[in-house]
Parts: sequence; structure tokens; C-alpha cells
Amino acid sequence: MSTRWRRRKLSESTNALAHQFDDLEQQARSNTLGMWAFLATEVLFFGGLFTAYVVYRHAFPEAFAVGSKHMDVVAGTVNTAVLIASSLMMALAVQSAQLGLRRPLIMFLLLTMTLGAVFLGIKAWEYHHKYVENLVPGVNFVWEGPLRNQVQMLFLLYFIMTGTHALHMVIGICLLTYLVLGARRGRFSREYFFPVEIIGLYWHFVDLVWIFLFPLLYLIGLHL
Amino acid sequence: MTVHITPRRTYYLVFAVLMILTATTTGVAFIDMGPFNVVVALFIASIKAVLVVLFFMHVLHVTNLTKVFVAAGIVWLAILIALTLNDYLTRGWDPISRPF
Repeated sequence: MSTRWRRRKLSESTNALAHQFDDLEQQARSNTLGMWAFLATEVLFFGGLFTAYVVYRHAFPEAFAVGSKHMDVVAGTVNTAVLIASSLMMALAVQSAQLGLRRPLIMFLLLTMTLGAVFLGIKAWEYHHKYVENLVPGVNFVWEGPLRNQVQMLFLLYFIMTGTHALHMVIGICLLTYLVLGARRGRFSREYFFPVEIIGLYWHFVDLVWIFLFPLLYLIGLHL
Repeated sequence: MTVHITPRRTYYLVFAVLMILTATTTGVAFIDMGPFNVVVALFIASIKAVLVVLFFMHVLHVTNLTKVFVAAGIVWLAILIALTLNDYLTRGWDPISRPF
């Protein structure tokens, strides 16, 4: 039995391979499958909100048309670009982890987090703007025109949908912090990078939700 | 262990396409196409989503069982939306049920 084999075996058993799996490949497949099972529940979680949006939009088309005029298309478009760029950085971080490159991994993770923070900053600025315009249901909602309650429903959906999305982003940034700390301590290697991969899946999923939120909330109200 | 590593060029290319589609969807939104604005916006969003899922989320290279799970998420979402709208969109078609 060569030393090399034993060292490799040792590193697998202490670091990478959990005892319930036969080998790293089976473990990798299980991790990916488990994450997708979770993401399927997330699809349905956001799916309920999207369905509510569709139902109310169908019920109150005029109110959604006038209310949509108050959405900031420029901020929405910039945020979409920022989030897609952060997804690219996350994809490159996962690739660096697969190749066992520690420094690029840390750099791309930090870039992902920075772009995520920029997204949240623009979002916060939008929320502030809505507050100044008296368009926050339950807190500060003033609407002089007709269909007050129906317009309020649009903004309620806006805040709940973008709010839960933003909450997912905050959780994502916390998870990325955990990855950066782990990467700094050298926890990840070419054999053990699954945490980077599955948190990457989560980050891309949050991007996916925004890809649908953006046209629904910001764009298709322009010509209702 | 076999790991499929996507080359960087692919990621850059997908990113470029996503950016072009984002610019397109915003630009097209300013043209009044009546009910087709919604159709176009959601169609472009769906293309973007497919690109993210296949390339960024590596669904091109996962096991078939994982692909079934991905499809299950989409199918159940379709059921959720279709059956809910089956109710709301057809209210008022008969004299018994009241519109929303």
C-alpha cells in the first residue's frame, strides 16, 4: 500500500467524503439532487406569489396600469444587469473551485457578493423612493385617484415579491460569506467543492426569480 | 471522479446573450404591441431562464434523475398556475358563479 494512496484515502475520509456515501461521485450527485429538490420547493414558493400577481392583474387591469407607471424602469434594468453579472461571477467561482484554484475562487466569490450588495443598494434606494412617493401599503400609502385599494394591491404584491427576493439575496450573501471564510482556510479542493457548487445553484436560482420579476413588475405595465 | 468543467468562453458567451436579451426586452417594452407586450416579455424571460438553468446551473451535465427533479419543479408550477387560472378566468361565464 503506497503512502500516496493512504494520504489520499485519509484526506477523503476526513475532509471530503461523508461516511454514508460510497465515493465522491455518488456524494456529488446526491448533493446536486438534494439541492434541486429544495429549489423545486422554492419554485412553488415563488410560484404562489406569481400566481397571485397574475390573478390580481387579470382582475384589476386599469389599477395595475396606472400603478405600474410608478415603477422605475431604469433602476429595474440596471438591477437585472447587475444580478446577471453576479451570476456570471458565481459561475466562474464554481469553475475555479472545480479546478482547485483558491485565489480566483475567493476573488470571484467576493465579486459575486459585491454585485449582490449593489443590487440590494439599488433596491433599497427604490424602496426609499416609494416611501417618499407615499406608495408603501400599510406604512405610508396615499393615493388621490380612483381605484385606491386596487392600486394598493399592486404595491403590496410589489413589496412582498421583491422583498422575499431581497431576503433570498441577503441569505445568499451570508452563505457566500461562509464560503469565503472556508476558502480562506483552504477547506475546498478539487475533490471537495460541493458547498461552492450548491450555494452557486441557490444564487443562480435567485437570479432566475428576478429574470421573471423584472418584466412582470417593471415592463409589461408600460402599455396596459 | 469525473467533473464536467465548462470552459470560460461558454460562460462569457452566455453572459453576453443574457445581457443582449435584457436590453432587448427593455427596448421592446417601449413599443406598444397591445397584448403581445406580455407575450414577448415572458418569452424573452423564458429564454434567459433556460440559458441560466442549462449553462450556469449545469443542468446540461447532471444525472437524468436530477433532470427529472428540475422538470418536476416546472411541471408543478404549471399545474399551480393553470388550475388557479382555470377558476379565476372562467368566473362569470355562467349565471351561478359570481365574477371575481
